[in-house]
Amino acid sequence: MIAYARRAFIVLWKDWLIERRSKSSLNAVVFFALILLFLFQFALGPDRERLHAALPGLLWLGFVLAGLLGLGGVFLVERDNDCWEGLLLAPGDKSAIYVGKLAANLVLMTLVEAVILALFGVFYGIDLYAVLAPLAAVVVLGTIGIAAVGTLFGAMTAQVRSRELLFPVLLLPMQVPVLLATVSATEVVLAGRPLAEAAAWLTLLAVADTVYLAIGLLTFEFVFDA
Amino acid sequence: MIAATRLRKRFGAAVVLDDLSLSVGSGECVALLGPNGAGKTTLLRILATLTRPSSGSLAIGGIDALARPEAARPLIGMVGHGSCVYEDLTAIENLRFWTALSGQDASPIRLRGALQEVGLEGVAAERARTFSAGMKRRLALARVVLARPRLLLLDEPITGLDRQGRKWLEALVLGLRTGGTAVVFATHNLGSGLDLASRVAILSEGRLAMDRPAQELSGEDLRAMYDSVTEGAGG
Amino acid sequence: MPDRSPRVILGWLAGLALLAGLGAGFGYAPREDIQGNVQRIMYLHVPAVLTAYLAFVVTLVASAAYLGTKRLGWDRLAAGAAELGVLFMGITLLSGSIWGKPTWGTWWTWDARLTSTAVLFLVYVGYLLLRAAVEEPERRARYAAVVGILAAANIPIVHFSVKWWRALHQPSTILGPQPAPIAPSIKLALFVNVIAFALLFVYLLTSRVEVARLEEEAAR
Repeated sequence: MIAYARRAFIVLWKDWLIERRSKSSLNAVVFFALILLFLFQFALGPDRERLHAALPGLLWLGFVLAGLLGLGGVFLVERDNDCWEGLLLAPGDKSAIYVGKLAANLVLMTLVEAVILALFGVFYGIDLYAVLAPLAAVVVLGTIGIAAVGTLFGAMTAQVRSRELLFPVLLLPMQVPVLLATVSATEVVLAGRPLAEAAAWLTLLAVADTVYLAIGLLTFEFVFDA
Repeated sequence: MIAATRLRKRFGAAVVLDDLSLSVGSGECVALLGPNGAGKTTLLRILATLTRPSSGSLAIGGIDALARPEAARPLIGMVGHGSCVYEDLTAIENLRFWTALSGQDASPIRLRGALQEVGLEGVAAERARTFSAGMKRRLALARVVLARPRLLLLDEPITGLDRQGRKWLEALVLGLRTGGTAVVFATHNLGSGLDLASRVAILSEGRLAMDRPAQELSGEDLRAMYDSVTEGAGG
Repeated sequence: MPDRSPRVILGWLAGLALLAGLGAGFGYAPREDIQGNVQRIMYLHVPAVLTAYLAFVVTLVASAAYLGTKRLGWDRLAAGAAELGVLFMGITLLSGSIWGKPTWGTWWTWDARLTSTAVLFLVYVGYLLLRAAVEEPERRARYAAVVGILAAANIPIVHFSVKWWRALHQPSTILGPQPAPIAPSIKLALFVNVIAFALLFVYLLTSRVEVARLEEEAAR
């Protein structure tokens, strides 16, 4: 058990170090989020009411689009450095690599989401502080769902020619339930209503996350094989 | 260590390996010679369980590598064409990653020792991006050697190594062989074939056209045999 | 040469059943009061969606079987079933749309069933696109199997999320037979058509798998 955790951790450690040093994807994604912010504003027009009504959807649209950028390239560092086969040959349970990559993705996505939230708060005038805890709960549950499937599909598409197109086409339809649940729950939270009102959605998210994680853990060795 | 029997590998209509059998014992070092495209890389990849043969059987360390590749993999170390070095990590960080991933002791002392063996201890804290191709090769070798594999597979190990690099390689291979590791390497450099190996085999048209102990051959003998075999094959 | 006659018999059986279903749907079943004859498209719409779900269950089982045994025959079955599933989902969507136009005046409504169907349609189209993008048969089979399992596991999750979402945002506009007691003749007509579609599915699936097997042998 400890050995497994160590192996997963070292994958997380490596990806985190590389990401911090190359800074490439994190910066780009944050910038992308900023652009999205403006695009949403322009697309919806100056009517503040309309914007606020659409806010939960816009927020998660932003998260998903940013996630697409990051998650699609999750295994590219392996491909670019010619390390795919080195990882394949590494002994031990392959699912530890899945856990490590998933953890790295979660950390990165959460960072990006925090930035997006802060920007949303500033530009669209939302009082985030008041709803921070319940909002965080929704965001974490939703992000786990997206990352669990995204990491799995990222491994599958890393070496496929039409990766940039195939990855979103595979991921987005799968994520519709997560999107519906998180947007609905976010609506409840942003309106200041108690989190208990969104209990059904949160339960759905928790169930979905568990299912996706379980399948990811069980099937990663089949995806990550020669 | 390796018992490969009647391996066949097809890619679509092209037959790359045809009824190839090979056995390698502990401590042996086999040089696989052959022109480009002869199938050396494919054979190495099959031995590494990275590719499955179309038919035939393969046992590594007594384990059926086709039925249970995960059981055989801990025994295998391979440095392929690509050196697999994370450019944004330093030399010692690279080693730490691979060692820890394999579940081994990743203490700094051990890692530095490995870097010393390949002459990279001076750049331990440098990012691999700054390394030459030869240095990356050596780092890859250090990584693999740390794992103390029972079977070491090398694809064109001489490429990018200068004379000093070759000396390190020889010392590494010798050290491993003394410990019982079997080594198989593919190269088109006939000279290195004789220097490093205890056995020399020529791969041509998907088969082993020749397989002889290295000490029986001189440089000219080998050259002559090589030419005659590959000429016939139009290679 | 594998014995073709069981499949041919099956084909005839399916054809007869379909004819019976057609007759039941258009002749035997009563004309619906409110919607008129358009409502008869239900005899296409409902069996189609049920058959699609059947197909996806087959994909799930075959995918799991492939991962367990690594026999490519299972992969062929999974792929064939997924293709048919997408086909029947497409029929469901189309018939649902055609049903909707005269009934509510629009080609599309975001009601729960149509939306779920559309989402699952996209999910499995993604499955087929993945298969098209990977060339090596063994790798393709592995990847497809994983997606096949995940997609099937997602079906109930999609259902609930869409249903709740729908209930949240609009009072449900009605689709399909009313909660009012369903006449036994309608039930019978529906039943006949469902059986007919199931037979058709099995016939098409076995044919498709056979073709795939022959294609693979020819490539060798």
